[in-house]
Amino acid sequence: MLDITLGQYYPGNSFIHRLDPRTKILSTLLLIVAVFLANTAIGYAALCAMVLFIILVSGLPFMLVLKSVKPLLFIIVLTLVLHAVMGQGEHVLYQWKFIKVTEEGLQLGVQMAMRLILLLMISSILTFTTSPIVLTDGIEALLRPFRVIGVPAHELAMMMTIALRFIPTLMEETDRIIKAQTARGADFSGGNLLVRAKNMLPILVPLFISAFRRADDLAVAMEARCYRGGEGRTRMHQLTYRSGDVMAFVFAFAMIGLLAFLRWGPKLV
Amino acid sequence: MSIKLEHVSYVYMPGTPYEKEALKDVSLEIRKGEFVAVIGHTGSGKSTLVQNLNGLLHPSKGTASLDGTDLSGKTQEAKQARGRIGMVFQYPEHQLFAETVYEDVAFGPRNLGLDNDEMDARVKEAMKFVGLDFETYAQRSPFSLSGGQMRRVAIAGVVAMNPDYLILDEPSAGLDPGSRRAVFAEIMALYKKRGIAIIMVTHSMEDAAKYAKRMLVINKGQIILDGRPGEIFLKEKNRLLEVGMDIPEVYKLADALRAKGLRLPNEITDAKLLLAEVKRRKGLK
Ligand SMILES: Nc1ncnc2c1ncn2[C@@H]1O[C@H](COP(=O)(O)OP(=O)(O)OP(=O)(O)O)[C@@H](O)[C@H]1O
Ligand SMILES: [Mg+2]
Repeated sequence: MLDITLGQYYPGNSFIHRLDPRTKILSTLLLIVAVFLANTAIGYAALCAMVLFIILVSGLPFMLVLKSVKPLLFIIVLTLVLHAVMGQGEHVLYQWKFIKVTEEGLQLGVQMAMRLILLLMISSILTFTTSPIVLTDGIEALLRPFRVIGVPAHELAMMMTIALRFIPTLMEETDRIIKAQTARGADFSGGNLLVRAKNMLPILVPLFISAFRRADDLAVAMEARCYRGGEGRTRMHQLTYRSGDVMAFVFAFAMIGLLAFLRWGPKLV
Repeated sequence: MSIKLEHVSYVYMPGTPYEKEALKDVSLEIRKGEFVAVIGHTGSGKSTLVQNLNGLLHPSKGTASLDGTDLSGKTQEAKQARGRIGMVFQYPEHQLFAETVYEDVAFGPRNLGLDNDEMDARVKEAMKFVGLDFETYAQRSPFSLSGGQMRRVAIAGVVAMNPDYLILDEPSAGLDPGSRRAVFAEIMALYKKRGIAIIMVTHSMEDAAKYAKRMLVINKGQIILDGRPGEIFLKEKNRLLEVGMDIPEVYKLADALRAKGLRLPNEITDAKLLLAEVKRRKGLK
């Protein structure tokens, strides 16, 4: 249960959930390229339809994916407003003193905001449908070719895996320590910054001690099982591409093709 | 004087795919002066139950109250009520943080707003209770002590708050037999001298039989048995086995002897008693 409580993984068994993580990472990158190619209303409409389609196939609740936009909502609104009021162009829609909202500016603002929203939704579908551990596996596999130029693919992936593995454990530990100190009447709310920092000590000290103890135990346990880096290591779960992965790639390239056509191809209207 | 749970349910992570109902409609009253053991297999909801009992977790449904004061309230009164219920967590030594044993034990009393003299007296008394010599240990770093000693410092830190109800979540887990016995002796001394209530989560049927006057058996978030340990071990053996529990070895031995035709009284709580009975029946000295 521990490795999945982290992040936003939403367990399921849909077509998207079952895709190879490499496919999902690469397709996500391809779809991001597609988003940057869009420059017409039809293009954006196509992208929205595509995102809806993927959400439908993945079985994720639509609201859940939409909520992933929330952390950046402020920036999105800011982008929209800034572009709208600072834009150049002749078609003035509204003017108040030196503030001037033009049609061109508004269009650009909406485009930028749409772009951000689509990017957030597409990348969150990746993390919603792929557990962090599987995601690291995928990243390691994709980075492996770059070892020749000195990218420590295995070490990076191992570090990520360990970090991911321990975040929930440490969160649980933090929760327990906070409870234990609360039961002893500790108060973490009041006071100025200095007082508050001092109030955190009864939590931070035990937390650090336990983190170091765990790190120590883990190092010993790994060495006892003869871990010595990625050299000659085989895997229990081999990643393999299946027919579904081919379909996903075809779909992603088709999206890029469509958006490229809408951008550079003969004008339809 | 009692802690009361009324139709308490508790749900972890509601509204997520990991939603888990850890307590289901539990009603319970624990009076001052009781010694209650809570048993149940791993994940049955024991820790969740005791955390609801002292207001660290707030019931998703139902109420938890101490003498009529709702424990999940935000008022000063509710805070005071929570302060009267002490809690020693599983592996409490992992919560030590101060530079000296003295400072760690004094953390609770200080948070209660006691003056220095009173605090000093409380720390001394608490350390004495758990068998740590004040002169020797007060100024040592808690991290330089052995595991068993660290546990005692942690228990002292809770005892120093003079709780009316003391909850202990598996106080003997991971201790050697000597330290176990010492910790239990201290808990019993505390119970007898102060007349407070002890609520103890344990995995050991032997400990439940030996120390507790009342036993709660939890299964899948519900209290399925509530009564004197002796009675439960005698009458509800099958029910206990069904939910993955067991009965103490003495009870098994007494059962086996009864099956061989030896007549024994119903409640044989420990080995000494059994031995005495057997000797008496056989006319031995
Ligand atoms: N913080 C949490 N988040 C989600 N689920 C939890 C959490 N804590 C406990 N649970 C779940 O609630 C149920 C009851 O847990 P609880 O810790 O009360 O069991 P327990 O009887 O104390 O077990 P143990 O004997 O292992 O200490 C378990 O199924 C557990 O997985
Ligand atoms: Mg527990």
